[in-house]
Amino acid sequence: MVVRVQLEDFNLGQELDHLRAGRRDIGALVSFTGLVRDDTGDLTALELEHYPGMTEAALTEIETEARRRWALNDSLIIHRYGPLKPGDQIMMVATAAPHRKAAFEAADYLMDFLKSRAPFWKKEHGVEGARWVDAKEDDEAALKRW
Amino acid sequence: MKLDVVYFAWVRERIGVPRETVETQAATVNDLIAELRAREDRYDLAFSDVSAVRVALDQSLSDFDAPLAGVREVAFFPPMTGG
Repeated sequence: MVVRVQLEDFNLGQELDHLRAGRRDIGALVSFTGLVRDDTGDLTALELEHYPGMTEAALTEIETEARRRWALNDSLIIHRYGPLKPGDQIMMVATAAPHRKAAFEAADYLMDFLKSRAPFWKKEHGVEGARWVDAKEDDEAALKRW
Repeated sequence: MKLDVVYFAWVRERIGVPRETVETQAATVNDLIAELRAREDRYDLAFSDVSAVRVALDQSLSDFDAPLAGVREVAFFPPMTGG
């Protein structure tokens, strides 16, 4: 179980290889990668601000709860901060379990809580200026299904 | 008592500083917000719609009616947009 909050990019393949290295008990490895999406064609940068200290604590709490609910072999959350460009990787979660259902569900759970309960804020910079991204009501509502 | 108050995202931009130490007698988060709003326009503007603001006490999400006794760090920020 690992949580990393970092400025630098990550290599998804290497992270997944590392997660399963030397193990024979993992039957399913699920990962999700979030990317900087440019909906309008005028996004020049995405700035990610976070709350050092609380971020790591909140992510660890979310991961701990996922591992209480599902029998996971291991899990990993990496979330970047700082200035990013369209197409860049923002974050990833990976879950390893004996069977796929637990791995899929736990990854979905991690994402739902990470979006609304981890202290990150996105600011979009475009040719017309900059704006903070609003939280979506759907994201808050998604927590209720767990 | 002295409180470290930290701000993030547009709350930080409206108030103009990321962190400050506040001398206050506020009993709850709501009391602290009322004190700050009475101080200067920039606070009044930042807290004009508290339904758009979230609070954390000592780095744990909390509520506006939570007591401040024993708290060292109060954080104000908009709803989070990670992922």
